[in-house]
Amino acid sequence: MTAPTQQREVPAGLGYDVEAVRSQFPILSRTVGDHPLRYLDSANTSQKPQAVIDAITEHYRDHNANVARAMHLLGAEATAAYEGGRARVADFIGAPRPEEVVFTKNASEALNLAAHTLGSRLREGDEVVVSVAEHHSNIVPWQLACERSGATLRWFDITEEGRLDLEAARREGLVNERTKVVSIAWVSNVLGTVHPVAEVAAMAHAVGAVMVVDGCQGVPQLPTRVADLGADLLAFTGHKMVGPTGIGVLWGRYDLLESLPPFLGGGEMIEVVRMTGSTYAPPPARFEAGTPPIAGGAVLGVAADWLADLGMERVAAHEQAITRYALEGLQTIRGLRILGPTEAVQRGGAISFTVPDVHPHDMAQLLDSRGIAVRGGHHCARPLHERLGVQSSTRASFYLYTTEAEVDALVEGVARTITFFGGTP
Amino acid sequence: MSNPSTGAASPAVEEMYQEIILDHYRAKHHSGLRDPYEAEVHHVNPSCGDEVTLRVHLDGDTVRDVSYDGVGCSISQASTSVMTDLVIDRRVDDGLALHDEFLTLMQGKGLVEPDEDRLEDGIAFAGVAKFPARVKCALLGWSAFKDAVLQAGARQHADAPATSTTEE
Repeated sequence: MTAPTQQREVPAGLGYDVEAVRSQFPILSRTVGDHPLRYLDSANTSQKPQAVIDAITEHYRDHNANVARAMHLLGAEATAAYEGGRARVADFIGAPRPEEVVFTKNASEALNLAAHTLGSRLREGDEVVVSVAEHHSNIVPWQLACERSGATLRWFDITEEGRLDLEAARREGLVNERTKVVSIAWVSNVLGTVHPVAEVAAMAHAVGAVMVVDGCQGVPQLPTRVADLGADLLAFTGHKMVGPTGIGVLWGRYDLLESLPPFLGGGEMIEVVRMTGSTYAPPPARFEAGTPPIAGGAVLGVAADWLADLGMERVAAHEQAITRYALEGLQTIRGLRILGPTEAVQRGGAISFTVPDVHPHDMAQLLDSRGIAVRGGHHCARPLHERLGVQSSTRASFYLYTTEAEVDALVEGVARTITFFGGTP
Repeated sequence: MSNPSTGAASPAVEEMYQEIILDHYRAKHHSGLRDPYEAEVHHVNPSCGDEVTLRVHLDGDTVRDVSYDGVGCSISQASTSVMTDLVIDRRVDDGLALHDEFLTLMQGKGLVEPDEDRLEDGIAFAGVAKFPARVKCALLGWSAFKDAVLQAGARQHADAPATSTTEE
């Protein structure tokens, strides 16, 4: 197996002009009350460049029709745009063929598709392995699959630093001959940790299990080559990678997809329908029942090209640099606890933290009053917060357009909020 | 590196974080779970993780005690604290009426004039109504109280001939 496509050291000169990139995102120049917007919630959803905004309008203005069934010019154009989007996304993640890219409405649907179809093979005594650091969307679908089949859900723990505890997993035989599926996030949406996916995939494959990867935070930030990741299925979403909402992706090895049963039934996923039974289309159509998110698929291709033009190596380098800067800045605040690694090594651009005596909800509200947009709560990862012994946290997350000035405003805003609630930052 | 000058927190937010709210948050009234009680409920706000476990002890038609254990933001914790001040030793039907009055205030988008004679410290939350994301926080303890009191009332009347536990 080749080395995993994960965060690399930043070669000099790989940076780009952040202000020039920002100028392509109209929303970043708006204000919040008297304050400039400081958008630090990109792990939640990313902002969109003008090219993506224009592509949505252009699709509906000039090419709108249903796909794969309309016998007219617009139908052909819409089909070409949608299938073109599929091909561009396949290229973006290094998939050998476009037919391996299944469009869904979001990453949750992609993971549910995986859990439902792989779940149909599960039997009592089988085991599914996730991690305690997962987003709810990579826990609940597997809980449901286990409830339906009688299989058992198990999970990787994390180390004190917030990394996946592979040592404990090996010691306890977590991944074993009963394991049928292993599903973990590439990058934690709370801790920012980059998980050693290729290593976990090797553990899964050694026992014949299918390796599923939640790439929601990884694909937007890191260069993605599915072969290097070691995944059999990879779920991610468009809106976190400068694309529109309403479009998600499940990439799968073609021979695996071909062996899976349908998920949702309906139009376009069939081959022949008789009242006595039906046969099903080959992937990806088998998993795309009904009218798909046509504009979403087409425009996700535009977003992928936009990212590829900027260069994912450079995006990753910027992400790492700004994360390092923010980790240093936040750690100057007294009592502030960072959940997860405190150094920008194998770490993505989401930083969750707590401060004494200020609830994250209040923190987020006070920061918002100064134009700083962050998330407060458990970020759809309640088990992880419970594991860390905190009720909730504040999360600042960065992307290719985040500046050091925005991070400075965050650090200052956090300090002011602590003072407002009677503390000493 | 540009760092545009920033003033104080906007007036609207300071208006929401009244001193009364911060005082209740720092020193919650009637906090902790106590016996006896007729009903215990657990309410959560799934979007932010705020949680409250709340018990109600009735004495005939009177709310004799409301005890609770909660984690959450200043708004949810202070609101629960204020609620206990208002409803303990009050008639059940009047406690429920207060719930409805507070609910009306919270759903009023900042346009409802609160009645200080009725809501007392509760009027400090008037500003919260302008922040839709925080209304659920302010209502967490109140909703738990209503739920618990209805359950306790139903239990209390279980032996009696069918009587309605809500008089509204």
